[in-house]
Amino acid sequence: MSEEPSVKRLNMIEAINDALDVMMGRDPDIVVMGEDVGYFGGVFRATAGLQKKYGRTRVFDTPISECGIIGVAVGMGAYGLRPVPEIQFADYIYPGLDQLVSEAARLRYRSAGEFTAPITVRSPFGGGIFGGQTHSQSPEALFTHVSGIKTVIPSTPHDAKGLLIAAIEDNDPVIFFEPKRIYNGPFNGYYDKPVEPWARHPDGAVPEGYYRIPLGKARVVREGEALTVLAYGTMVHVAQAVLAEKGVDAEIIDLRTLVPLDIETIKASVEKTGKCLIVHEATRTSGFGAELSALVQERCFYHLEAPIERVTGFDTPYPHSLEWAYFPGPVRIGEAVDRLLKA
Amino acid sequence: MTEATPSSFSGSNLPPLELHVPEPRFRPGDAVDYSHLVIPAAGVQPRPDEGCAASETHPLCLDLVRVLGEDHKAIGPWDPKLDPETLRRMLRLMALTRAFDDRMYRGQRQGKTSFYMKCTGEEATSIAPAMALASDDMVFPSYRQQGILIARGYPMVDMINQIYSNKADKLKGRQLPIMYSAREASFFSISGNLATQYPQAVGWAMASAIKGDTRIAAAWLGEGSTAEGDFHSAMTFAAVYNAPVVLNVVNNQWAISSFSGFAGAERTTFAARAIGYGIAGLRVDGNDPLAVYAATRWAANRARANGGPTLIEHFTYRAEGHSTSDDPGQYRSVQERSEWPLGDPIARLAAHLEALGEWTPEAHAAMDLDLAEQVKAAAKAAEANGVLGHGLHHPFRTLFEDVFEELPWHLKEQSEQAIRERRIKWPEWKEDDA
Repeated sequence: MSEEPSVKRLNMIEAINDALDVMMGRDPDIVVMGEDVGYFGGVFRATAGLQKKYGRTRVFDTPISECGIIGVAVGMGAYGLRPVPEIQFADYIYPGLDQLVSEAARLRYRSAGEFTAPITVRSPFGGGIFGGQTHSQSPEALFTHVSGIKTVIPSTPHDAKGLLIAAIEDNDPVIFFEPKRIYNGPFNGYYDKPVEPWARHPDGAVPEGYYRIPLGKARVVREGEALTVLAYGTMVHVAQAVLAEKGVDAEIIDLRTLVPLDIETIKASVEKTGKCLIVHEATRTSGFGAELSALVQERCFYHLEAPIERVTGFDTPYPHSLEWAYFPGPVRIGEAVDRLLKA
Repeated sequence: MTEATPSSFSGSNLPPLELHVPEPRFRPGDAVDYSHLVIPAAGVQPRPDEGCAASETHPLCLDLVRVLGEDHKAIGPWDPKLDPETLRRMLRLMALTRAFDDRMYRGQRQGKTSFYMKCTGEEATSIAPAMALASDDMVFPSYRQQGILIARGYPMVDMINQIYSNKADKLKGRQLPIMYSAREASFFSISGNLATQYPQAVGWAMASAIKGDTRIAAAWLGEGSTAEGDFHSAMTFAAVYNAPVVLNVVNNQWAISSFSGFAGAERTTFAARAIGYGIAGLRVDGNDPLAVYAATRWAANRARANGGPTLIEHFTYRAEGHSTSDDPGQYRSVQERSEWPLGDPIARLAAHLEALGEWTPEAHAAMDLDLAEQVKAAAKAAEANGVLGHGLHHPFRTLFEDVFEELPWHLKEQSEQAIRERRIKWPEWKEDDA
């Protein structure tokens, strides 16, 4: 028996920083780049201290060009490096879409494996910080729709570190969306109450050193019989709080990876509970919830006891002053839960 | 492959390749010495005819157009020869912009809104162009040109309503503070994404040319944003269609924590981008309001006479943080601001007016007091309409309006849902608030 690894209390930013540090120490081919990530350490401080430790040719600032950042990452990957570019906000990723969608995602396929793009694009996403429409978006479904990109979204410091390590080690391009609303604590949607810091949450306990959480493996946050909740990122905590408040014996599944998806865990759970609630913050139409709903319908139809429910952001740009009216919070989730339980 | 190229240079005695990563000269705690900056004397830069070949301006892309000399007198061919009344108006507008910024910054710190961005030290780069352009020329600003709205007489109370995202906000609380939109002031809706307005300004200018209009367009972005593809698309289209547009690059040295070297400033100037695209370019002392005015006037006259686009680099300094979310003390020396060799635009214009015998320190102090009172009154009037997060916001249904011209069924359903959710959370809530 090996000794238990020692554990640190970290928030999600620190856990991400720790993952980058661990991986840069292990693999000299890893480079970190992006706007303000170097000397300053990133606008959210996720890369703090890394330039000082690993030098300016492994951790560096870039011009403000998302197309350039992702394009040069593809080129570095073609050389044999393992770049981990940061896009400062997910809302800024669109100028880089051609490089991601037409290039990174297709390189392995079009070159029959001669060239690959082993890049991990980190980007803070999601709202709840009064960031308005240009600092709040959840564009994950754009990427799950593109064949050849993996999409990963952690919901705890523990998972953020292990998933980021697995993403960096993965030989295919990965979009790693960090729910910035839960960087400092598991915000649960009750915006008028204080947020508990990660230091007091069990998943703020992060093992030191190297460990990985495999991509494509969901986490059962809570086992239950009454209904299945499929969520990821911030919404895992919101759903958990609402169901606890209502005293519902729900099975809550944190998907962790949208592509590849852990369909087995989903199927087993819905077959057991017969009811399925899907929760995401992104807009509803053609959101990832639509894909989840179709899959559950296709694979669990004869076990379903109620229509599948989707709770999502509204189909509008993310507003500023009416942020909490937009956010799929406790009331919206509560209504859907009631409908499912009544069915 | 018949002729094989050398298979490899490895093993040769070439030194290994090295990656160059730019690094600013000064970091926190460093003493600042700007002796490397070439600051030519005022008045010596030639002023080509507004109808000249673009190439005639290209030496000016590596120079610095300056009008106000060390003795605070206006000198040389770029002196726009403005009368004292106009100079005092320019001074007042810059000082008003600064007073506005100071109050709004404090408002954010007091929790009245989520975010604010000041333009301290850069006031000349929006006030002087706004005065040099026609009031109906269409401007496509970035997020630091509040001075244009102030110069165009847009009501401060409307600006503050937007900043506070309150029930009188004309943008219905949808946008991040300072992301104004003011069609009646010919001021395009500000995007939070960078450089997107640049090709749009070129397109507006092309449309004006298509329709045989007399109005031109102008756009602003920061030097950091010139790295975005949109900047280069705009330059290409402006050159290809000889679009009547003035393209401003506000080089304030810093893009959040990244110094201008990360946009290419170690190699050449930003004005020199014009050379590669074959359009006119000017590099201007951005803290010299008369030089900025003169350069804008030159470019606007040229554009209006079918002479085509001009790229203007305004060489200036971001005296404060990027925004209320930024702490520049983390990455740059505080001495940079105090040592900045081009001074402060308000102080320089005031000194010029004093040198003309048209202004006094007493008049300046009285003006500052008066402007602070004006801003205070506007802020109070706006606060009566609410501040962010205190209930006085637009009705919930407005969240769903303007996504499309007409509300599709799914947004109708979602609008009803939002109102239902509100009733569940606040059972005493009244229908007419909807």
